[in-house]
Amino acid sequence: MNYFELFQLPQRMELDAALLSQHYLQLQRRFHPDNFANASERDRRQSVQQAALINDAFQTLKHPLRRAEYLLQCRGIDLKHEQQSFQDPVFLMQQMELREQLAEIATAPEQTQVLQQQLEQELQQGQQQLHNELSQALEQQSETGNQQAASLLRKLKFFDKLQQELEFIEQQR
Amino acid sequence: MALLQIAEPGQSSAPHQHKLAAGIDLGTTNSLVATVRSGEAQILLGSDDQPMVSSAVRFVSADQTDIGQSALDAAVFDAENTILSVKRFMGRGFAEIANQAEQLPYQLVDQSGLLALQTRQGVKNPVEVSAEILKRLHDIATEHLAGELAGVVITVPAYFDDAQRQATKDAARLAGLNVLRLLNEPTAAALAYGLDSGQEGVVAVYDLGGGTFDISILRLQKGVFEVLATGGNSALGGDDFDQAIVGWLLEQTGETERSAQSLREYKLLARRLKEQLSKAEQADFVLPLGDDEFRGSFDRATFENLIQPLVRKTLLACKSAVRDAGLQLDEVLSVVMVGGSTRVPLVRQQVAELFGQEPLTTIDPDQVVALGAAIQANVLVGNKSEQDTLLLDVIPLSLGLETMGGLVEKIIPRNTVIPVAKAQEFTTFKDGQTAMAIHVLQGERELVADNRSLARFELHGIPPMPAGGAHIRVTFQVDADGLLHVTAQEKSSGVVASIEVKPSYGLTDEQIMSMITGSMQHAKADMQKRMLLEQQVEAGRVLEAVHAALASDGHLLEMEERKRIELHLAELQQQRQGQDGEAIKLAIERVNNSTDQFAALRMDQSIRNALKGHKVDEV
Repeated sequence: MNYFELFQLPQRMELDAALLSQHYLQLQRRFHPDNFANASERDRRQSVQQAALINDAFQTLKHPLRRAEYLLQCRGIDLKHEQQSFQDPVFLMQQMELREQLAEIATAPEQTQVLQQQLEQELQQGQQQLHNELSQALEQQSETGNQQAASLLRKLKFFDKLQQELEFIEQQR
Repeated sequence: MALLQIAEPGQSSAPHQHKLAAGIDLGTTNSLVATVRSGEAQILLGSDDQPMVSSAVRFVSADQTDIGQSALDAAVFDAENTILSVKRFMGRGFAEIANQAEQLPYQLVDQSGLLALQTRQGVKNPVEVSAEILKRLHDIATEHLAGELAGVVITVPAYFDDAQRQATKDAARLAGLNVLRLLNEPTAAALAYGLDSGQEGVVAVYDLGGGTFDISILRLQKGVFEVLATGGNSALGGDDFDQAIVGWLLEQTGETERSAQSLREYKLLARRLKEQLSKAEQADFVLPLGDDEFRGSFDRATFENLIQPLVRKTLLACKSAVRDAGLQLDEVLSVVMVGGSTRVPLVRQQVAELFGQEPLTTIDPDQVVALGAAIQANVLVGNKSEQDTLLLDVIPLSLGLETMGGLVEKIIPRNTVIPVAKAQEFTTFKDGQTAMAIHVLQGERELVADNRSLARFELHGIPPMPAGGAHIRVTFQVDADGLLHVTAQEKSSGVVASIEVKPSYGLTDEQIMSMITGSMQHAKADMQKRMLLEQQVEAGRVLEAVHAALASDGHLLEMEERKRIELHLAELQQQRQGQDGEAIKLAIERVNNSTDQFAALRMDQSIRNALKGHKVDEV
């Protein structure tokens, strides 16, 4: 049973978030270890495993990047263990520039307010566009579509990393 | 859901029988026990008619132990043998506390890395001292309820790490209590408020107790209590307010020679002054000074100046917890105040300012946690037939592994919903390597040295292979109590590697067993009796669960398989009547083995039904 089946949702990128959390809570109500506080040891162990699986499934489907990666995995493309080098000079150039901006924000805190907003906006725009393309590619349900999606996903992971680092810098203040 | 009421394993299909359950707030300064009677949670009073038992344990003589107020009173003249605020020492290493040794009136002992105290009754570790408090609460409960407790819920600060939670559970075991669940204190408080007023929305629980500060951001909706984020400080509380006052008093009197006794006097005075200033603007005091005495007066402004930095720390933690929850301060619907230290006016005022609203204080801040725990204990023990609440908790600190160069690689980030399981693959780096060491840490920092060591695991029995040939899959599982369990398996051969756990700041199973044995006079016979009783209870649970499963889902089985199961059940039924604990244990294992497949089938079916049932309902 894969995660989409577990929550009885169609195996697609587009997803009804409200229905996902509704089904998630329903399953947890049933399988959470608190329901088994008085049960036999084996049943308690089993409920912990089950509840952990439901939690993991929920987190995977909830986050768009992880959902896309999982969807590709269901279609036989595993991004987790790949060591592929990146072949898109234009994209790499753009990433390097964004990274320089990030370094600037980290080292020169006085004049960063504007820089920061600028970078945030750039990151958001870049991600938004890639996300749209990703959804379209995945909807094609074809081999080329999947390969395209995998490459978009790799790019999005770069953006995600930048985003996290920016948030980390903000939190340090 | 009504259309598909399948009896779940463990949910009794027999007619309902009210079971005795209690909620316990094992606090730094005070401890309480509560229960639900006639649908209402109430505190059970001690023999002195007080709701709170002072968390004070005094080892009076070789065979007499005092707990509560009388012990607290004796603290002034018998400081060394009177343990106060033991909760601060739970799950702590000797080295972690040694730097405070000067301020503590105890003789600290290094018990193979763990902190312990030298007392009149010999060396006592914090688990044993806490067990004394729990035993007292246990007695209060059984006396009031006139019967044995089926189970208890014990609260812990949300900020407690694995070692501290494990120590709490060990203490309960030592006190002979069956722990249904360790519950986070703020969750318990929200439970007490939530069920009373049926609130929905985001709630912040500000819990400033004697020794710990917790801030938790919860979301309450339709019976679901979801912890969004927690933060705080496990070494900040009202005791630090007292400490600040003590410092001020010492400045005033100019006294430099400090005996354990005078230090204790200062401390008690500080606590009294603090309490007075919650209502009055000024408080006078007299302190003995040599042959003379010192008269002085302490006012609100001085007090607030002293504690302002401490209160500020709590506000910063509030801000970052709200941010962790992905919210803004003004999205918090209400603020619940917990812990005696929230009676301090400055605390209330500053919390109100931060959140832009008056915090809730309608339930006694000292009792609210125990009341919430009692409500949850009542549900968990099975006294409420409908499961209308669901508590989703998170892990308070990240779990990580030591990697090359003394760095930590996070495997489960903090604020992940529990239970959670993460698998990580390891490989050997030498030909024929058969063992491997894994170091698990808890904390947010990058360097091993800056985090708290949780445990070291040694994997043995890896089949010899060329370097990189063995793939060992190690699964880290955190249960609903926030406790870590580790299993490992070599993938290509399927060999389950054995794991030797060396908790960095905890007790091994053997140590606990020997503590249990040591505390009893007819140790061996008692141990056997206890084991027999435990196995009989477990046998009862297994029999009930499997019978219920067969009744509802027997059709999933082949005739042959069903016969085999029934045979093992009959055998277990028979062993259960006997007096051989070991034989019952084996019979349980046989039933479990023969029903593994069946349990998996039912689980699959149950998952499908859980959602299907709802759809039928909705139509």
